[in-house]
Order: sequence, then structure tokens, then C-alpha cells
Amino acid sequence: MSRKLLLLLCFVIAAPAQAALEVTVTGGDAAPLPIALVQFAPNPDVPLDVAQVVENDLVRSGRFKALPRSSMPERPTSPQQINHASWRGVGIDNLVIGQIGKSATGYYVRFFLLDTAGNGSQLLGYDLPAKSPDQMRTVAHQIADLIYEKLLGIPGYFNTKIAYVAANGFGPARSFQLVVSDADGEAPRIVATSREPLMSPSWSPDRTKLAYVGYERGRSAIYVHTLATGKVQRLVSEKGINGSPSWSPDGSKLAVTLSFENNPDIYVIDVASNARKRLTDHYGIDTEPSWSPDGSKLVFTSDRGGQPQVYEISVGGGDPKRLTFEGKQNLRPSYSPDGQSIVVVNADGGRYRIGLINLATGSLRIVSDGPQDESPQFAPGGAVIIYATQGRAGGAELATVSVDGRVRTRLRQAGDVREPAWSPIVR
Amino acid sequence: MSKNVLIATMVVLAVAASGCASSKKKSTPTAAPESYGSSAPATDVYGGAAQIGSSPSDSAIAAERALSNNVVYFEYDSSDISAEGLEVVGRFASYLSANPASRVRLEGHADERGSREYNVGLGERRAKSVESALLSKGVGQDQLSLLSYGEERPAVPGHDEAAYAQNRRVQIIRQ
Repeated sequence: MSRKLLLLLCFVIAAPAQAALEVTVTGGDAAPLPIALVQFAPNPDVPLDVAQVVENDLVRSGRFKALPRSSMPERPTSPQQINHASWRGVGIDNLVIGQIGKSATGYYVRFFLLDTAGNGSQLLGYDLPAKSPDQMRTVAHQIADLIYEKLLGIPGYFNTKIAYVAANGFGPARSFQLVVSDADGEAPRIVATSREPLMSPSWSPDRTKLAYVGYERGRSAIYVHTLATGKVQRLVSEKGINGSPSWSPDGSKLAVTLSFENNPDIYVIDVASNARKRLTDHYGIDTEPSWSPDGSKLVFTSDRGGQPQVYEISVGGGDPKRLTFEGKQNLRPSYSPDGQSIVVVNADGGRYRIGLINLATGSLRIVSDGPQDESPQFAPGGAVIIYATQGRAGGAELATVSVDGRVRTRLRQAGDVREPAWSPIVR
Repeated sequence: MSKNVLIATMVVLAVAASGCASSKKKSTPTAAPESYGSSAPATDVYGGAAQIGSSPSDSAIAAERALSNNVVYFEYDSSDISAEGLEVVGRFASYLSANPASRVRLEGHADERGSREYNVGLGERRAKSVESALLSKGVGQDQLSLLSYGEERPAVPGHDEAAYAQNRRVQIIRQ
């Protein structure tokens, strides 16, 4: 018994770094684009297989099919070495090659995207710098973004981050961590840890800060964490609920839920001055605000009609307008990057699934299977939705689905992971 | 007793010796120094007069037994208190009225269905429902504080109605 306890304690206390999320992909485009990424000429200081990271990003998007390395006719690392006919022979038009080298200021990756059908015409050619070998993962995601945008005409979303909440243990032994990882689940970093719940991470538009909810001494609070410095500011901790922070598109304000004046209502807080404006005033629960991309209005959840449904309100206030009518409940709304649709949790027949609502027509399209899906949000670019779901083993996992429903991924690890927040793209 | 101390000491020593306790460098902005409310031992167990004697009186033990059930349960998406819940509330109302210096925290909880922040709202609505019931029975406002955890601290694991029924609750925690 004492031995078991000892092991348990060691595990809890020692758990050194957050494990990377394991990613699996299902589905894909009916006709994904064939591409070949030859391993880049290595540098002895750089252990990372950069071309493999680029390949994983592209393949997980569901839009690309990569030629296995074992099927490659040759291993060129510079354009002069390429026999274009041999690549056309294995059905490859788009070929990526490159080299990792050392420069005066650190390291670089030189890569080329070549059109073998056009006899090697260069579609992309870049030297991307890295100060140190540990920045190579970021460089790989930058390369994936460049290739994705060049070949598909829409911005890539690979050089981004995901914040999420990991929970372990049960009852008094429960612990919570706020984690930030690369969008592929790698390079996880613990931002905050607590024995009390951590909730609702929200990225500042410039990606330098995270707002989130924590509990301290019998109260909840909204914190703003500056990632580069680790500085934590307690923005608001009123009596009652302090929840649902959502950053305005210009980064100057946070929409939040506070209940100190009576019951949960939506407020807008100016981050610099801490000045506060009450946006809703209703005896129902008003919560989960989220800004439109142009910053002119917000969507939120309210049960003012009896059941929780989604409403829209101008940032100047006024009467909220109900947006959802299909399903017993609709909750936790947020806009697509183009502002044309919202993603919600739709509850019907006891199942909680992710729904997409076209704002022009009001039509609802369900894109997940449930039964317990929550916290949906568009990835930057708007091609993919991330959400939390219940895994087969009963634990919470993260999942993504392309807006057309074809490509699905799961991101999981040993403990519960939930409440994903996808960072903006910063150029 | 000595065995327990021995085990505890072994654990502490072993943890220290094995370098397990090396995770201090993580930032802990919201690390709560006190343990989770419902697991904390009540310090003011017997209230005023009963503590004078060297051993608790029979009536104090009876009072304590009456307060051992400190959970009010709720139906799905509801904050209505059942008859059973009203009995729990009634016993705490008597205790708090007889002990005006004592305080409780009403912790509201929801089951895992629905969105997390809406469930925080629902947990608060349940805590307020218990608060109103206590106030109507003469308990002082300053004896009560509210905190909603939403679905973040389930009482039992599991993803079925039996588990959900246990998790939709207000716990009355003596401070």
C-alpha cells in the first residue's frame, strides 16, 4: 500500500514535461494532390528531419498525398541534380527538395518547390533562417504554409499554436495544466498549472498573450498571461462568475462573463484602462461571448428563451437577435474568419455535436458525430474546425474536421485534453 | 498511528531523495494554497458551546451526523430543489441559525453535458437556489458565499445518467 502511494506521488510530482499530442488522420480529399518531399541534405547540428515535418503537415490537411521515400526514383538535394522524367514516371508533378546549412548568424533551410511537368520550373525557392537548431520545427511549419498556399491558393495554418487544458487525476488529486503546443501537437509547453480548474483559454490577436479563467482562494478570476515573459495579470476577479474571456480583433478589449451585479451577463473590458461596459442585462444566463471578425458585434449563449440558444448583439449594445432555431440547444458560438457562418455546439436527441450555421440562410449542417462534443472553433484560414470530444476510452480528446466534413484528425494523450484554442496566424 | 507516521515519513523522504519534487519551476499563477474545499477537514466541527467539554456531547454528535449529508442534487438543466434536498437545506439552516459565527460555501456543480461556461452559469444558478432557501429560513447573508465550478469537478467519473445525477449538485462546505 505504501509502495503504491509512493509510486503515485512520484508520478504526480515528477511528471516532467507535457507529452506531445499523438495525431491520427482519417478521410481526405477524393483526389488529394500528389507531392514528393525528398529528405533535405542534413546538417550534423540539426537532428530534426525537416522534410518529414513538412510532409506530415501537408498530409494531415487531407489535401495532399505524399510519395513514400522508398518509392522515390532519386534523392536530389539541389535543382541541378533532378531527372524530371523519372519523377513524372512515378506520377509526381510537385517536388520539394532542400538543404540545411550553417550561416554566419546560425542556420538556414534552402528549399525549392519544383514543377517537374514544366521541366523543373521553380514554383518556390526560399532561404529560411533559424538562429538555433531548436527553431527548425518552426521553419518546417513555415515551409508547409508556403507550399500549401502556393499550390491551393489559400493560406496555410501550420505555423500556428494550439492552447488547451489538460486534466489529470480525480477528486482532491485532480490537477489542471494550461498547455501551448505547435499546431501539430509537438513542442508542448506548460503555461500554467493548478489544483483548481483552468478554463477557457483565448489568444490575443497578436498571439503574444493568453487570457484564461482560474480559481484562487474560493474565487474565480480572469488572467492575462504574456507568453514571452511569463508575466500574469489578474484582469478581473469579482464576486461570482468571472468567465469566458474573448479577445476583440484589435486586441484592445476582452468580452467576458461576470455575475457580480446579479447573474451572468456579458461585459466588455478595455484591457489598458480596465474600464468596463455592461452589454447585456437579463435574468437568464448570458455567457460565451465571441467577436465578429470586424469587431462590430458579438455572438453569445443565452437561455433567456428557456433553453440555451445563440444570440447576436451589436458591440454598442441594444436588443440581441436570436440566430439559432434548429435543435433543443445551441451553445458556445464563434464566427468563421470570413464572418459568413458560425460554429456552435448543437444539442438534439441527447447528442451534443458540432454544427455550422450559414448566417445568410440560417441553415444548420452537423459536422461531428458526438455524443459529447464541445468547444468548437475555426482554425485560422477557416478550412478546419477544432473541438473537444469524448474518446473511445472515455477520456477527452481534441479533434479536427475540415468544413466539408471529409478530413478528420484526433489529437490525444494519456490524460484528458480539452478546450482547444487555435492561435491566429501572425505574418 | 506510528505506522501511518512512518509511511508518511518514508514517502516524504523518498520523494525528496528521488528528486521527484523538482517541478517547482513551472509557473503557478493560480495554484491554490488551500486544498480543494470539499476535501478539507472542517475546523469548526462542533460549533460554540459543545466544544467546552473535553469530549463532544451526544447532542453535538447528533448535530454533526445531521450535517454529514451536505449535498443537494438536481435534475437535468434544473435548479429546483427536491424534497430530499430541502431536508439537507433545513438541517444546515438550523445549524447556521444556531451558530451565527459559522459560515458555509455553496459550491455549484453541473454534469458534463453542454458547454463548459454555460455549465458554470448553471452551477451558480443552483448555488443561488440553495442560497435563497437558506436565506428564507433565516440564515444570515454574511454566513454564505457562492462558488460555481460548472462541470470541472465531478463527484464521480463516468459518462452515463447515474454519474450525471451524482454530479448535478450543490455541496455545502463549512468554512
